[in-house]
Amino acid sequence: MLLVLHPLSPSGLEQLWFFLILVLWLGYFFLEGFDFGVGTLLPFVSKDDLDRRTVINTIGPVWDGNEVWLITAGGATFAAFPLWYATVFSGFYLALFLILAALIFRGMAFEFRHKREDVKWVMWWDQAIFWGSALPALLWGVAFADFVHGVPIAANATWTGNFFDLVKPYALLGGLSTLLLFTLHGATYLGLKTEGDVRVRAHKIALRLAPLTFVVVTAFLAWTYQTAHTMHHVGLVPPLLPIVGLLALAGVGWLVREHLEGWAFIATALVIVAFFTTLFLNLYPNVLISSVSPHFDITIVAAASHRYTLEVMSWVALIFTPLVLLYQSWTYWIFKKRVSRPGEANETHHTATNV
Amino acid sequence: METFIAGISTLSLARWQFGITTVFHFLFVPLTIGLGLLVAVLQTAAYRTGDLSYDRMTKFFGKLFLVNFAIGVVTGIVQEFQFGMDWSRYSVFVGNIFGAPLAIEGLLAFFMESTFLGIWIFGRGRVSKRIHLASIWLVSLGTILSAAFIVAANSWMQHPVGYTIDAKTHQAVMTNFWAVMTNSTFIAAYGHVLASAFLTGSVFMLAIAAWHLRKGHDLAGFGKAARVAIVVTVLASIATMFLGDNQAKEMEVQQPMKMAAAEALYNTQSGASFSLLTIGDLSDNPVFQVRVPHILSVLATNTWDGKVLGINQLQKQAAKKYGAGSYVPVVWLCYWSFRLMVGLGILLFFLGGIALWLVRKQRLEKSPRFLRFATWMVLAPFLANSFGWIFTEAGRQPWVVYGLLKTSKAVTLISPGYVATSLIGFTAIYSLLAVIEIGLMVRLAKIPPVIETPEEAERVPELIY
Ligand code: HDD
Ligand code: HEM
Ligand code: HEM
Repeated sequence: MLLVLHPLSPSGLEQLWFFLILVLWLGYFFLEGFDFGVGTLLPFVSKDDLDRRTVINTIGPVWDGNEVWLITAGGATFAAFPLWYATVFSGFYLALFLILAALIFRGMAFEFRHKREDVKWVMWWDQAIFWGSALPALLWGVAFADFVHGVPIAANATWTGNFFDLVKPYALLGGLSTLLLFTLHGATYLGLKTEGDVRVRAHKIALRLAPLTFVVVTAFLAWTYQTAHTMHHVGLVPPLLPIVGLLALAGVGWLVREHLEGWAFIATALVIVAFFTTLFLNLYPNVLISSVSPHFDITIVAAASHRYTLEVMSWVALIFTPLVLLYQSWTYWIFKKRVSRPGEANETHHTATNV
Repeated sequence: METFIAGISTLSLARWQFGITTVFHFLFVPLTIGLGLLVAVLQTAAYRTGDLSYDRMTKFFGKLFLVNFAIGVVTGIVQEFQFGMDWSRYSVFVGNIFGAPLAIEGLLAFFMESTFLGIWIFGRGRVSKRIHLASIWLVSLGTILSAAFIVAANSWMQHPVGYTIDAKTHQAVMTNFWAVMTNSTFIAAYGHVLASAFLTGSVFMLAIAAWHLRKGHDLAGFGKAARVAIVVTVLASIATMFLGDNQAKEMEVQQPMKMAAAEALYNTQSGASFSLLTIGDLSDNPVFQVRVPHILSVLATNTWDGKVLGINQLQKQAAKKYGAGSYVPVVWLCYWSFRLMVGLGILLFFLGGIALWLVRKQRLEKSPRFLRFATWMVLAPFLANSFGWIFTEAGRQPWVVYGLLKTSKAVTLISPGYVATSLIGFTAIYSLLAVIEIGLMVRLAKIPPVIETPEEAERVPELIY
């Protein structure tokens, strides 16, 4: 990355960690993005319980590994930018509480749902999967929009606002954008991973969602740019990136119609990457923007840990990240087959419903 | 900034919230660590011998393991973010040092655990038997590694090493990562935590096997499971006691006030006696007390007449060193939590010992009273774990980072309203989870496994979830 020198310019190591935190969030939103989408679509792509089980099984082996990207992003932010971690998680207190509550019920639902055959039991956990996916998909967008647009922090990173300062129109539009984006991403994933009726329904939904998502995301990014230029801070704003993202988004509908399912999934992934990278670059060289006064913006330099900690962390990341990527990709390869309703893929198989 | 609501401070709400959520997380964690290893052992036995009864036990306990794991994961996520939510001033102060193990834990341990667990759950019949077996071992290794980093982080709070204080920002700054990861406190605590986790897993397995043996279900399978569990219970309980004693010696050097509080020892004594139990006032005139001469000195210093410092003397020392204020933790809490942990440990040692004796006499299956007792003992390791942490954390007060940062200076400066909301929220959610989890566990634990033919045992269900 070519970054413009700034009076309080971060050191190379600090830039690297800003970039690595971005990578961790990208990993999280790319991966958990589609399993939020799959969860949100659960009631819409399935007609009966077997459909629902098929849908859940597409993400069964991977959702937990996907969620660890969040845990690692949180831990890495704590280690590399303690002030960022402390300010965000104390400031977004109630929003974070809602996200955590949602993730709790969702995570339990996957493991508990099929452990009893009681219809009511199953129905409750289906609700948990839907709300537990849709709510965080929305709230993460709200939170990231707030980072860019500014949060009420005064001197010494103390919060002066309340919960309602976080739910302004711009932030809500950000939330809507991520909700739609993740849902679309989930739809292209289901198109890639299922067969039969579920696949057809996922295609239909993707076709209907794509234009709406395009409008909302374009509006959000335009707003982001408009304020980035008018506001005090000048981050690195290469318009190329969001444009690539929007082009990819425009292409999704066409790719789905042409049954280029793999490409459609790659396209939605690309939009997510472009979306969050744009937000991060708008932040640079800050990690949080103060809506009170530019003097209170929290810069990368102010938030960063000392050199020694960053060095240790860099070595650890350098050695272990490739390993993690390797075995995580391997699981996707192992479970690369489409998931189908029992009996549908291969009529000669017994229709075993496991208990 | 308003920090009181109806006389309740943000600090006390935050402490309650942290205590509740962490103790809750740690109900499931030791079982994950212990049962993960035991399931791997059972599956290895099935793989080596081809004996279907081991295969049944692997599936049976594997199911319980998964239910438990799920709740460990979702409560763990809360842990990761709590430091920032409730203890933001603490987070800024320690982030340079404390954050690193947390991040590394995610990268090294949680990824491994969750990814290979996915392969284990969904891979039966889809990956080769060897890879399937390897994946449960990697899950187990992951849980053991994750405990290492989190305990290292906690040990740094108990006994800070490898740091300096930055003069400008007043943050603790890491100077030696190796020192943090080889902290003597950590080495001592890690062994004890792991041993107690294995003990938790084995007592859990023994308890359930005992219930089925008493009912006469699948004697071949549960008989084998019980025998594995008994051996581990005996070994792990001895290790837990031995390593716990070792930790007590470390503590007497590093945090003498905690030891004094654990004993309610108000005045320095040589050849101090150990009080087994006290009725009435802990301080001056107990109504009734049982004491064992010299044992406290032996426990704390390894010598018959060793000097054990008392609370009054330690308070004076601390006030001189750190300034006026109280440096005494809540004595009754330390005294009783320590006693209960140790007492339960000794009880579990006897449980294992008697069970082993019955096995050697070939009488295990024919002793319904013992089997019933063994089933009830399932509660003991969970209680001991909770008491152990309550003792460790409460005994460190008023410090959150020993000697460096007081708990009162660590809490986030927000309105108690927020903390109260989330405290009520988490407590409600966790109570609900506990009811659902225990209900499901008991239900699944009671369903005896179906005795299958070899072909049935190999069948691969099309949908797992
Ligand atoms: C099954 C659980 C279990 C059992 C039976 C025991 N413990 Fe324990 N103990 C723990 C589970 C535990 C724990 C939850 O794992 C703790 C909390 C913090 C830690 O490091 O381990 C702990 C802490 C802990 C500490 C505090 C260390 C500190 O604050 O620095 C001491 C001194 C002991 N233990 C000593 C013992 C002794 C002498 C036992 C003899 C029977 C014993 N424990 C049984
Ligand atoms: C890395 C591991 C841990 C860290 C960093 C940690 C940190 C803290 C902090 C910051 C507090 C607040 C201070 C206070 O309330 O007094 C606290 C209190 C507490 N923690 Fe821990 N803790 C850890 C592990 C655990 C575990 C595993 C348990 C129990 C299962 C536990 C149980 C408690 C309890 C009961 C309190 C309340 C004690 C009191 O209020 O006196 N902690 N801990
Ligand atoms: C208070 C500090 C703690 C934090 C921040 C924390 C963090 C976490 C997180 C984020 C998870 C979810 C992992 C996943 O998704 O796979 C988790 C689970 C786990 N944690 Fe904790 N934890 C704490 C206390 C402890 C302690 C003291 C131990 C061990 C001694 C421990 C051991 C584990 C293990 C083995 C798991 C695996 C899953 C399971 O519990 O079922 N944790 N923890």
